[in-house]
Amino acid sequence: MWGILRRSAVDGGGGFSASSLRRTRFALVSARSYAAGSKEMTVRDALNSAIDEEMSADPKVFVMGEEVGQYQGAYKITKGLLEKYGPERVYDTPITEAGFTGIGVGAAYAGLKPVVEFMTFNFSMQAIDHIINSAAKSNYMSAGQINVPIVFRGPNGAAAGVGAQHSQCYAAWYASVPGLKVLAPYSAEDARGLLKAAIRDPDPVVFLENELLYGESFPISEEALDSSFCLPIGKAKIEREGKDVTITTFSKMVGFVLKAAEKLAEEGISAEVINLRSIRPLDRATINASVRKTSRLVTVEEGFPQHGVCAEICASVVEESFSYLDAPVERIAGADVPMPYAANLERLALPQVEDIVRAAKRACYRSK
Amino acid sequence: MAIWFARSRTLVSSLRQNLGLSAIFIKHNYSSRRPVFTNSQLSPRVFLDPFSSYRHESTAVETHPYLVQQSDHEDDAQELDFPGGKVGYTSEMKFIPESSSRRIPCYRVLNEHGKIISDSDFIPVSEKLAVRMYEQMATLQVMDHIFYEAQRQGRISFYLTSVGEEAINIASAAALSPEDVVLPQYREPGVLLWRGFTLEEFANQCFGNKADYGKGRQMPIHYGSNQHNYFTVSSPIATQLPQAAGVGYALKMEKKNACAVTFIGDGGTSEGDFHAGLNFAAVMEAPVVFICRNNGWAISTHISEQFRSDGIVVKGQAYGIRSIRVDGNDALAVYSAVRSAREMAVKEQRPVLIEAMTYRVGHHSTSDDSTKYRAADEIQYWKMSRNPVNRFKKWVEDNGWWSEEDESKLRSSTRKQLLQAIQAAEKWEKQPLTELFNDVYDVKTKNLEEQELGLKELVEKQPQDYPLGFHN
Repeated sequence: MWGILRRSAVDGGGGFSASSLRRTRFALVSARSYAAGSKEMTVRDALNSAIDEEMSADPKVFVMGEEVGQYQGAYKITKGLLEKYGPERVYDTPITEAGFTGIGVGAAYAGLKPVVEFMTFNFSMQAIDHIINSAAKSNYMSAGQINVPIVFRGPNGAAAGVGAQHSQCYAAWYASVPGLKVLAPYSAEDARGLLKAAIRDPDPVVFLENELLYGESFPISEEALDSSFCLPIGKAKIEREGKDVTITTFSKMVGFVLKAAEKLAEEGISAEVINLRSIRPLDRATINASVRKTSRLVTVEEGFPQHGVCAEICASVVEESFSYLDAPVERIAGADVPMPYAANLERLALPQVEDIVRAAKRACYRSK
Repeated sequence: MAIWFARSRTLVSSLRQNLGLSAIFIKHNYSSRRPVFTNSQLSPRVFLDPFSSYRHESTAVETHPYLVQQSDHEDDAQELDFPGGKVGYTSEMKFIPESSSRRIPCYRVLNEHGKIISDSDFIPVSEKLAVRMYEQMATLQVMDHIFYEAQRQGRISFYLTSVGEEAINIASAAALSPEDVVLPQYREPGVLLWRGFTLEEFANQCFGNKADYGKGRQMPIHYGSNQHNYFTVSSPIATQLPQAAGVGYALKMEKKNACAVTFIGDGGTSEGDFHAGLNFAAVMEAPVVFICRNNGWAISTHISEQFRSDGIVVKGQAYGIRSIRVDGNDALAVYSAVRSAREMAVKEQRPVLIEAMTYRVGHHSTSDDSTKYRAADEIQYWKMSRNPVNRFKKWVEDNGWWSEEDESKLRSSTRKQLLQAIQAAEKWEKQPLTELFNDVYDVKTKNLEEQELGLKELVEKQPQDYPLGFHN
């Protein structure tokens, strides 16, 4: 079943399937938590419009990656851009991540603003030397003489039924490197605001999207639809206010955590949900302020547990807000195994709503 | 001016000749165990491998060529239609040999005695230019010698010489325009020297002191200067090649009258980035000049262990890139080749590959002792008899443009200047701690500001551990 869902996602998100049902359910949930915004936008359209507007505003911005032009983008994120801006600015690259990443970095050194797409961040490992050694460290090593205004973007983390080499989450890897900024949007508004901020930022930015969110529709405000809209890098968003337990997460897991918060509310636990938005720089201030209010923390991520984003958040809270904690910090992450393919195994390898609910209850002494 | 164009035309035509020679197929001798089938003996399905385009349906060929009996002389007139264009076919099964019977010849102008070889194609060099080139080559030699000794004395931690490659360094730089963007590997400080980097600036970088433009962030020899269009040296090998393609692309998009110029050694061509960089530059039609310094050694790896091709020049054609092999120890040949390549790159918006043959006389770096893996007399031979600086010197002297007096004056004054530069650089303080957290990002992020504040408070609280303080 997951395989079928995956195919319809790749075919352009138009299929009538369980994924569109999920979409409706999420829309209902998010409609309750967002302020009244009568317009809706999918994350895919949000990203497309962000890139389009930034390319229109600045002739130095150009897009490169595999299948971004003629094919309209492997996930259709760059749909329509080739027709609008031409092949010089929407460049279909040969298959060499190391090659086109190096070229993008070189172009950035020379003053252009490339937006480099990885078909998935799993493939960025073939280019990681250029991301770290050529992009992230250049400004520092050249003492400010070489800056690299580049954006690396693409789907990150688990999709559905794509196995170990297509499912890893790279947030922790990239967020450990000084010189990079790492962003992870959830909603359409996040996607628009953060991508526009990333393209305008003079530093190299790793922009971690999620394939399963591309087709999700979210309400979007008039302000967010404006072409000058931009979200600050380094600020988390409190998606839902609460007073009993703080739950932090990013990307697709935000949806899961919001659902868990609904379930917890039914049981009288008021959860404060923080959508990190920015993994590096991490908004430690918002996280700690929330924990000082609630005294309990559950951190959630999809990626591998060891040395993960959650580990960093735990460390930060223990260092800065230890005396405010009433319970040990709960960490929920993906299973410590390469992602299995079979649907039942995959489900067990990823955090689910029940896991989040259980952890929050444990933090509130409501269960073992 | 007219003479220059005439010469460059012959240069281009001789280039074409050379490429043509290498494309000649040499009939391969088959072993007697391998039978050669004619069309009548077997049905084509058995003969061809399962992936043959025999099953290719969209071509507009009416008759399947393999089914129809063709007599030999008609074969070559037929063409097959494949993605990528038309290609003639042959019924004779012949493999392109792994190597040509004749290696691609090396373009040179000056012989070993510093005399111009008669009927050479080359771009004339004025007295002023020639003298400047020679002076810079000699300066580079002195600089390498003195900094090497400084490392041996423990005054700097590391150094890497360009001994034996002075002609490549200086002559290539002289052939470029200042707007051309240089992405070096690490054995091309001469290019920066030519562009005006002073001996003091070199010394400051090696000492990582307060005056270093790199703010003490990098190991010695990792020079970089925005002002001189010379990108900061980066340690991972060959990363500069796809970056150069990117820079070339940017210059092309902005319609600048400039090209990207990048250097690589023989060893670096084994990296994946070499393939990506050249392939991309060709596909993007980017104005990039790739200069490969084939100096025979990659630390202890001899070129026979690095590749089995005829050097690097033959690889250019594989990417659709115009290429030339040049005697890297002949300053006039290097000058002409780079100058022509640069013009082609900019005017025709295409990449060009130059393989400069030379020899790495020095050790790989101060961390290497090359006598451990190569014969000392091999090194001596190249140092003395095939020295590029001496060769050019003879030509300049023969023209009456340089004397022994000029020589001793130059060498002693350069030596003196270098020693002073080192002494001064050594005395300069190191970067203050205020620079530790700068330039990680364009604007310091909040977490870095907090860390800096934390460090400042620590330093003030524990002055005994931090005698230099926070601000120096």
